[in-house]
Amino acid sequence: MRARAFLSLLLALVAGPISAQSVDLTGAGATFAYPMYSRWISDYVAKVGIRINYQSIGSGGGIRQLSERTVDFGASDAPLTDAELAQLAERRILHVPTVIGAVVAAYNLPGLRGKLKLSGPVLVDIYQGRITKWNDSRIAALNPGAKLPNRNILVVYRADGSGTTYVFTDYLSTISPSWARGPGKGMSVAWPVGIGGRGNEGVSGQVRQILGAIGYMELTYAMQNNLTFADVENAAGHFVTPNQASMTEAAAGAVRRMSGGDTRVSVVNAAGSGAYPITSYTWLLIDARMANAAKAKKLADFVRYALTDGQKVTTALHYAPLPSALVPPVLKQLDALTAAK
Amino acid sequence: MSSLRHSPIGDRLYQTLTTLCAISVLVLLLVLSARIFVAASPALQAFGWRFLTGAQWDAVHGVFGVAPAVYGTVISSALALALATPLALAVAIFSAEVAPAWLRSILEFALDLLAAIPSVIYGLWGLFVLVPLLRDRVMPVLTETLGLADTPLFAGPAYGPSMLAAALLLAIMILPYIAAVAREVLAAVPDAQREAALALGATRWEMLRHAVLPYARSGLVGAVILGLGRAFGETMAVTMVIGNRHEMSASLLAPGYTLASLIANEFAEASATLHHAALMAAGATLLLVTLLVNALARWLVWRVRRPGDA
Repeated sequence: MRARAFLSLLLALVAGPISAQSVDLTGAGATFAYPMYSRWISDYVAKVGIRINYQSIGSGGGIRQLSERTVDFGASDAPLTDAELAQLAERRILHVPTVIGAVVAAYNLPGLRGKLKLSGPVLVDIYQGRITKWNDSRIAALNPGAKLPNRNILVVYRADGSGTTYVFTDYLSTISPSWARGPGKGMSVAWPVGIGGRGNEGVSGQVRQILGAIGYMELTYAMQNNLTFADVENAAGHFVTPNQASMTEAAAGAVRRMSGGDTRVSVVNAAGSGAYPITSYTWLLIDARMANAAKAKKLADFVRYALTDGQKVTTALHYAPLPSALVPPVLKQLDALTAAK
Repeated sequence: MSSLRHSPIGDRLYQTLTTLCAISVLVLLLVLSARIFVAASPALQAFGWRFLTGAQWDAVHGVFGVAPAVYGTVISSALALALATPLALAVAIFSAEVAPAWLRSILEFALDLLAAIPSVIYGLWGLFVLVPLLRDRVMPVLTETLGLADTPLFAGPAYGPSMLAAALLLAIMILPYIAAVAREVLAAVPDAQREAALALGATRWEMLRHAVLPYARSGLVGAVILGLGRAFGETMAVTMVIGNRHEMSASLLAPGYTLASLIANEFAEASATLHHAALMAAGATLLLVTLLVNALARWLVWRVRRPGDA
């Protein structure tokens, strides 16, 4: 207890002066794109010299803080539902897509040479507990010639609410009516089987340790932890490896729909022969009717930077840049922020 | 000597101030509880008693029941207490009564150090060291070598993250707390107690058994209750190793959930009002469970102390 009291005192001493300094913009929300946002902020701060503070407290927290006006912008991996938008009726919330990310199915099968191929329906059945062995005939049919062990599959899911879970369950719901009727899609769902790990490190830790485990996580995380992940069959019937090209192709198909104004689109299971099917946009949530004009201008400038120069550093962090055709209409949306009110 | 003269104003002021401070603790507790119950009320109204008895927790369909989490909280903490108490009391007795001075200071230092490790470090250690050890070395011995796989307590597949792992980790975490407090309690026993017992011809063990431990009993129970409180509220370390599954299983090898981990896991992403309220209600449940267990423990102490005691 003494140590705890000391720690909190230390924190108060360290955090006090920082929060006392004037911060120009504050934001809160999604953890999925947090590495990207923190890179953009540090680059932009070095270039322009304004202070931006982003807290990756989760999309739900970001939305709540935005609606209570305690932050200037939010960020979410799942677009707001119409019901959530209705609760914020007096505001005009813009969904500004910032970057594209992929969720991968990582597995632990040391004896297996080459990459495992999985299809959507097989993933659904694994996560619903209908396929329980790695040498199940349906997995074998997708991987001719692979030596699949007679081993139990251990399903690992994210125990904490997360955008990664939203994207993965959005995909499972899209390809399987029984999943959509059953667990459904959300930040946290009632998983039929498996064990829950906390955070990306919890899931990747279990997958790395337990033979026969399978777990979903953000691409960045699987790359950083040297985990093998499956090629997943897309809508066109091709098995696709998640990478920048396959993410961009998945996202590009939605540009026409998004340019119309509503950028809240899901791109899981996208058409296109090279599209990786478990792909998603992530959004900044901005109130176009922000009262403080000076802040609105600073925010608009920062987002313009993120959508133009900022896009060049996305691939270094294993995200994909926005399709170039999407950038102009989104930039145009931002004009609402600085227009005379 | 005028400064020492009785001053009614100073006395009154002092009395009022300390009374206010004392009351503020109660007010804080009441306000805190009230806020939690108000925030929880949408969920409590929607589900009523089913919130406590329901086994389903489904944020997508808005069905919330905390029975598995209550079960997991109570079982993991009780197991941890059962594992840690004998060991912690033994450590305390050794340190206070038996150990030479140089060893005592080392032991105290080690206990303080153990108590100061942040719980997330315990969690990561649990995830990367304890759980693999359990899975590869301990669980096979339990299920195969000892043939316990047929008993309900050790049934089912052993993947590692489990109630057993959580209880063990909690036991390690609460051990230094119980031991440190118990040591202080034993050290506070007057030497006259010991000398009287020894003068009557008691051995060292008899002196401890009949003169020291009975004298320190209520303090020792207090030490154990402190450990229990910490086990109930422990969040980060438990969620790393318990498997986070809404299920009630008799098997110690099966994954489970606790109220504190549930709240920590889902609070940040809970945007729906009912989900948010359900998590608040889970917090209220944790508050009530803690209160009940504390009251029970105090009643037990009270009952033990009564017959023929001072």
